[in-house]
Amino acid sequence: MKTSALNGNVRHRHRFLATMLGSIIVLIATVGYTASSHNISRPASKEFGQGPRVSLGRNYMATLEAAQPLRLRKMQTVRVRIEDVAGHPVDGAGITIDGGMPQHGHGLPTRPRVTRNLGGGIYEIEGVRFNMGGWWQFKLAISGPAGDDSVTFNLDL
Amino acid sequence: MRSKFTVSILASTLLLAVYDAFLHAEEWTDDQIRELSSMSLGELELPPDPTNKMSGDSAAAAFGQQLFFDERLSSNGRVSCASCHDPAQGFQDGQPLGTGVGQTARRTMPIAGAAYSPFLFWDGRKDSLWSQALGPLESPVEHGGTRAQYAQVVAQHYEAEYEQIFGALPDLTGVPRVAGPVDDPVARQAWNQLTENQRDSVTGVFVNIGKAIAAYERQILPGRSRFDDFVDTLVATGRAPIGVLSSDEIAGLKLFTGKANCTQCHNGPLFTNNDFHNTGVPPRLASSPDSGRLIGASDVLHDEFNCRSRWSDASPEQCVELEYLVADSPTLQGAFKVPSLRDVATRAPYMHAGQLATLPDVLVHYNQAPPAVIGNSELVPLGLTDTELRQVVAFLASLTDSSRHADATRPGRQAF
Repeated sequence: MKTSALNGNVRHRHRFLATMLGSIIVLIATVGYTASSHNISRPASKEFGQGPRVSLGRNYMATLEAAQPLRLRKMQTVRVRIEDVAGHPVDGAGITIDGGMPQHGHGLPTRPRVTRNLGGGIYEIEGVRFNMGGWWQFKLAISGPAGDDSVTFNLDL
Repeated sequence: MRSKFTVSILASTLLLAVYDAFLHAEEWTDDQIRELSSMSLGELELPPDPTNKMSGDSAAAAFGQQLFFDERLSSNGRVSCASCHDPAQGFQDGQPLGTGVGQTARRTMPIAGAAYSPFLFWDGRKDSLWSQALGPLESPVEHGGTRAQYAQVVAQHYEAEYEQIFGALPDLTGVPRVAGPVDDPVARQAWNQLTENQRDSVTGVFVNIGKAIAAYERQILPGRSRFDDFVDTLVATGRAPIGVLSSDEIAGLKLFTGKANCTQCHNGPLFTNNDFHNTGVPPRLASSPDSGRLIGASDVLHDEFNCRSRWSDASPEQCVELEYLVADSPTLQGAFKVPSLRDVATRAPYMHAGQLATLPDVLVHYNQAPPAVIGNSELVPLGLTDTELRQVVAFLASLTDSSRHADATRPGRQAF
């Protein structure tokens, strides 16, 4: 009687553990599955805006200077100011542009390019378009005297 | 005594608060009004078309209108642009797939507002209205004819109109009736036997046919709807007008710009961002899914009549859409043009191959967000209730041109 009660307890505990383990596996699988683009959460609001923003490796400061407020649907030109950590303008840097909507899993709808280096650390980027409202990332890969680095702007359209 | 007094004061305050909430139930915030004002028809600005010098020419538009309805511009003499783009039906045909001399693989698109779009067709394989118009003329399942035939129709029937706009017609002596760079081997062989000068002469007339039709199509615009009346009053006075939209339509509008996420793509005065997205709509034939924009983006880069071609009136630096085009991203797989939602309630069936019969079917699709058969769908399930789905459908009917017949605004059978 006592033994069987004990056995029952052990069985119960095993079943409980199995259920817990199963739940954890299901949970991990679910999280793994849903951690796709759709469930990436927005950064805090202080992370949004046109800068100045420090690059990932802390080599440069970048500021977006749009001639007009960024608008939906329009092909537009955006200027970016690149400075070193001491605040001196960085000229002659190579800059490539990437980005997209992390929550939608797609990139920029166009392939913008730096078309002119205007001097004073200012570069002109042409071919910028945003086709949806919401959170966009606008990423610059910067190759300059202080090395290769990147900066990501979070923009709300 | 005092407690009774306090209770009655509290009750009155509560009543006042409820009454106030009722009165201002339709208050709109400044942000909401700003968003709605961006969707009013009055916000439309017709972009210039540097690829077509005649795009704003009224004589070209009148000539283009004649060509648009001319069935001689087809292999069997029975198909014109208007056969599928029927003006009585909002310049579309109400069929799942377009039918010319044969059957196409996609839904006929409406024309109103097409001049605002940088890329045409469901896959955006053309970058101007005139180059778009030339595509169906040479398609074996649409007009089915050849550019030599069309040049001769113009020479025979429209000499005066053509020469008034585009100058002297070229000499077409020796050009056979059937010749063109099309699939048909006989027509292709005849085309290859022409001299380069003859081919250029024929193509020049063919291009001008497209440019005249484009001038006509550029004038075809969506009409004002009850939604525009509602928004214009709201913007002017800060208050929603009474009796313009029903309470269901207003609730649907709030869902449209909010929980239902519709304005992420269907934004601006035409309710489209003019771009391409994969929304996981099941292909008509599961065995041969349509790649959509992935092919279309590559096609437009290499198109004989694109903005950079010698047939375009634009200088190369004006071809910014091609300059910054994304043509090789995997997200283009299974992506299709976001259509305008103006007059959408009059335009069943829906999607790029008419796969969904009614607007309620479309809303159920967006609400469920099934995975894509080809590429990756950008949709996420919306969690809308049946009432909310019905309200969005009700709102969509408020986008119908008010001058159209009331019968045309019925959103279709009720599914929820």
